[in-house]
Amino acid sequence: MQKINWLSRYGAALLVGLLGGNVLQAQERSSLNMPVGVTDVSQKVFDLHMLILWICVVIAVVVFTAMIYCMVKFRKSQGAVPSGPSHSTLAEIIWTVIPVLILVSMAVPAARTLVEIEDTRDTEMTVKITGYQWKWHYEYLDEDVGFFSSLAADSNAARQLGSSIDPATVENYLLDVDNPLVVPTNTRIRYLITSNDVLHAWWMPDFAVKKDAIPGFINEGWFEVNEPGVYRGQCAELCGKDHGFMPIVVEALPPADYRAWLASQKGAI
Amino acid sequence: MAHAENKYYIPHGTKWPIIGSTGLFILFAGVSVWLNGGDATLISLAGAGLVILMMFLWFSEVIDESESGTYNVQVDKSFRMGMFWFIFSEVMFFAVFFGALFYARQLALPWLGGEGNNLFTGSLLWPEFESEWPSNGPANVGGDFESMPAWGLPALNTIILLTSGVTITIAHHALKDSKRGVLAVFLALTFLLGFLFIGLQAEEYIHAYQDLNLTLTSGIYGSTFFMLTGFHGMHVTIGAIMLLVIWLRCLRGHFTPKQHFAFEGVAWYWHFVDVVWLGLFIFVYWL
Amino acid sequence: MSDATTHDTHEHHDHGPDRGLMRWITTTNHKDIGTLYLIFAFVMLFVGGAMSLVIRAELFQPGLQFVNPDFYNQMVTMHALIMVFGMIMPAFVGFANWMIPMMIGAPDMALPRLNNWSFWILPFAGVLLLSTLFMDGGGPASGWTLYPPLVLQTGDALPFAIFAVHLLGVSSIMGSINIIVTILNMRAPGMTLLKMPMFVWTWLITAYLLIAVMPVLAGGVTMLLTDAFFGTSFFQAAGGGDPVLFQHIFWFFGHPEVYIIILPAFGIISQIIPTFSRKKLFGYESMVFATGSIAFLSFIVWAHHMFTVGMPLAGQLFFMMSTMLIAVPTGVKVFNWTSTMWKGSLSFETPMLFALGFLFLFTIGGFSGLMLAIAPADFQYHDSYFVVAHFHYVLVPGALYGAIAGAYYWLPKWTGYMYDETLGKWHFWLSTIFVNLTFFPQHFVGLAGMPRRIPDYAVQFTDFNAMSSIGSFGFGFSQLLMVYIVIKCVRGGKKATDQVWDGADGLEWTVPSPAPYHTFDDAPVVK
Ligand code: HEA
Ligand code: HEA
Ligand code: CUA
Ligand SMILES: [Cu+2]
Repeated sequence: MQKINWLSRYGAALLVGLLGGNVLQAQERSSLNMPVGVTDVSQKVFDLHMLILWICVVIAVVVFTAMIYCMVKFRKSQGAVPSGPSHSTLAEIIWTVIPVLILVSMAVPAARTLVEIEDTRDTEMTVKITGYQWKWHYEYLDEDVGFFSSLAADSNAARQLGSSIDPATVENYLLDVDNPLVVPTNTRIRYLITSNDVLHAWWMPDFAVKKDAIPGFINEGWFEVNEPGVYRGQCAELCGKDHGFMPIVVEALPPADYRAWLASQKGAI
Repeated sequence: MAHAENKYYIPHGTKWPIIGSTGLFILFAGVSVWLNGGDATLISLAGAGLVILMMFLWFSEVIDESESGTYNVQVDKSFRMGMFWFIFSEVMFFAVFFGALFYARQLALPWLGGEGNNLFTGSLLWPEFESEWPSNGPANVGGDFESMPAWGLPALNTIILLTSGVTITIAHHALKDSKRGVLAVFLALTFLLGFLFIGLQAEEYIHAYQDLNLTLTSGIYGSTFFMLTGFHGMHVTIGAIMLLVIWLRCLRGHFTPKQHFAFEGVAWYWHFVDVVWLGLFIFVYWL
Repeated sequence: MSDATTHDTHEHHDHGPDRGLMRWITTTNHKDIGTLYLIFAFVMLFVGGAMSLVIRAELFQPGLQFVNPDFYNQMVTMHALIMVFGMIMPAFVGFANWMIPMMIGAPDMALPRLNNWSFWILPFAGVLLLSTLFMDGGGPASGWTLYPPLVLQTGDALPFAIFAVHLLGVSSIMGSINIIVTILNMRAPGMTLLKMPMFVWTWLITAYLLIAVMPVLAGGVTMLLTDAFFGTSFFQAAGGGDPVLFQHIFWFFGHPEVYIIILPAFGIISQIIPTFSRKKLFGYESMVFATGSIAFLSFIVWAHHMFTVGMPLAGQLFFMMSTMLIAVPTGVKVFNWTSTMWKGSLSFETPMLFALGFLFLFTIGGFSGLMLAIAPADFQYHDSYFVVAHFHYVLVPGALYGAIAGAYYWLPKWTGYMYDETLGKWHFWLSTIFVNLTFFPQHFVGLAGMPRRIPDYAVQFTDFNAMSSIGSFGFGFSQLLMVYIVIKCVRGGKKATDQVWDGADGLEWTVPSPAPYHTFDDAPVVK
């Protein structure tokens, strides 16, 4: 009974989620689809995702229709006798060439987006992100500001085995930290990422950023947030027992507020 | 119905595999315990002994069967193909270590030095480091060392192995021409050269450890150097033992000019070991 | 009878197998060994499956209910290692042993004693691997990908796990050599390469993939071992190595590995669909060619598992495009299967049902694979449940369905009895409903941002995870049905004819059911 409820609920939600994905606003996150996010890049990645998803859906409809047609039409119980051909060069050429063309139509926008993502020039400020088992360290290069960011205390209490605290009662369960990374909006920010121990990965879905933190090497990338807000993500590379408990929170402030925050941080040191 | 000459040979049950598996299990469990700091030398040796015993008895059985004419052409061909593809898998095994060497030299070290998209790796993490080869990494792991020059022992070893490749070919031709004397002499020469190679290699290792401070822990150079040469040396040892075995068999009058799978298998293996060495000489010692 | 030194010079072809336990330990018969492989795989399905049920039980709701995070990671790691190396690969080797000699008209495998060893290494490797769960620090908890540096933090289990991987590799390599040699050297007169059944072709190519990449994995884990215990620096930047090097090595093995898993399933499907369509396989030659192309391409796409490690742009572009290309030969296969059904005369016995389930659900998994191949989008998908959904679609209703379909297809030939068709259909429908309930919702939580390999999750993922967990228990228990069906079929039932399926074609259907202990004493003639 319960299950049927779910099915109907999510069946409808599924359609709305997929079909309406394009028009979803950034803040109301779908629980079905990728977030559109708050950067130009995340928007492009989202569009790319929807494009390839739809192409796959269309091909699936065509292919599955053909299969179902065969299953319905050519049944032995309906008296069908085998009469079809066992090869056709023309058909085989067609279904080799068409997929190639479809693939090209996906590869071109994908390559374009990729080139843009990998272009790390002209950034205005730099933060260095270091993964630790199991927390993040953020350092504002040239600003003399740096701090650790770990799982918020209430989540941490609730997540213990047999804590008997209902996670639903904890706000932003597992997605909250003590010290979020604070960044200015409308600023092209370069992030440098490395690790102090094992591999981690910094994943911020709203920015379409995921980059591995590798001890001894520094990876770089960039993002530019368009809208102020609080964004949440998680470590995305298995890093040991508390891999599930090292969230990422980014607070994007308008540049003026950001500068005020930065100044207060410097005072704090 | 008795076995017709050209019927397929289906062996009866065999107990060697289960013994071999047990041996491998004991050996690996023992070595694991030892690696974890436990005392399992005896267990490990027992396991290894069991594996060696099994191989000895299994091979003896096959040799007896072969010499008593149980096998036909098809079986012979199966053995050859099996050996060939086994050697191919060995080639792939060495390919990984060569791959690691190329990756470290062409990619990892330059990146650590700040090249490519790793500008900040160089400038922030390892500002002192300049990528060059040989290297034990930006942290000078294992301390300063000297690399192994190509034109001393290694060059001599190259000559030795290449010569052994020639001697085994001569032996092979002798076998085909039924010149058993020549066969025995040149086969003996081959494995003697093989053991000589191993001796010199040991010499080289001692030199590396004592004089050059070049050890397994000398960063990526030491790692790739000893892994590649070490696994190669292991294969030379196995090959030389196999050569010894077929030499003894030749002395006993085994093999005919037409059917001598074991000889050919060992010869292929030996050539394979030879070719790997050439790769080593060029990429590990020379370039 | 265990005196193996007396070789076989007396008549043997009409006496049956030896009796008792020693028969199974010492056997060199391809059917016995095939049976051993299949039983081993079937047991491992439940061992690995039980672990996945631990995973799903913990994930039923947010918060930690049953296991601590470290044990959870051990379960994930072991589940994958057991399923991949202990279940699905041995299952297909079992099919190879049983069917290849029968399909090509050979009396047995080319190297029967080696064959015995290939199998008998497996249980020992399995024990070595499973025993780590009881050690100080527990089993390996680094995921089946064994990435350093994390894997180097494993406790006492590390060398045991690594040696277990070595042994599994040795077993696979020996098994593959045997298969290659059998196919190349043991075919009956007239059985040219292009007359071989598709299943034989797919296995020939799979065996080549295996001997090419298992040694690579062996080398990679050996480097882990020396990094851990002998102070080498392969995967340590300080010494000039790079942790990412291991990922390259692992995936150079790992990507061909996933095709090692799927190609034999392709082969089985290519036998079943023609039989129940009562038509020849459409486009046989292009099927062979497509299989070869997939195998070739599988060597040059590995880094699509590593788009986020910070590869140079050119590398990302190359691996993205080469990966996408695999959709073309795979598409050829899907289209050819569909065309086989076109204007056929279809009936829907259990093997066909599972084959059709495969056709639909594998294709879905293939589409999500294609999406993952798009590098910029993969920055979002990577290491999320979207990936978990992708690979379970290709592994469970893909590879595992292939194996199940094959089992139903050939059970009458193996046992001489028909299985219970009604129960078989139940098995199919229950499995198919539950497998979708388990894995389809994982697409959504993945896209919505749930990372993989976590024992606990944010509350917005609750509903889908609950569905998934219910599905997994349903799917798991549906498999108990298969145990019952198989045992029942072995015990007896309706006698199977030699041909078994009226549309079946091939040498294996010309011999009696059950197939005699030695199938072909005289090589059959193939026209
Ligand atoms: C049986 C196993 C199997 C198979 C067959 C596949 C098939 C494919 N896989 Fe999958 N994959 C795995 C098992 C498998 N995979 C596993 C286990 C992992 C995770 C490992 C881990 O991290 O633990 C993984 C992960 C994985 C990733 C990494 C994701 C990540 O971690 O970020 C990627 C990325 O490219 C990928 C891609 C593909 C592609 C493109 C195919 C293609 O072969 C699919 C081709 C098929 C089709 C496309 C459908 C049929 C085609 C048509 C109907 C033709 C027309 C279609 C078009 C023109 C679009 N796979
Ligand atoms: C062929 C391979 C294969 C197969 C068949 C399966 C089958 C299943 N897998 Fe698995 N899985 C992998 C390969 C496979 N998986 C891999 C490679 C990973 C990645 C690991 C990693 O991240 O490192 C993975 C990871 C993985 C995860 C992600 C964990 C995480 O990231 O945190 C999950 C979660 O749902 C999961 C679930 C399941 C389920 C429910 C099944 C079901 O289909 C299983 C069905 C269950 C049964 C058949 C069991 C029946 C048992 C009983 C009825 C109980 C009775 C018990 C006894 C008698 C002993 N798997
Ligand atoms: Cu840090 Cu996962
Ligand atoms: Cu892959």
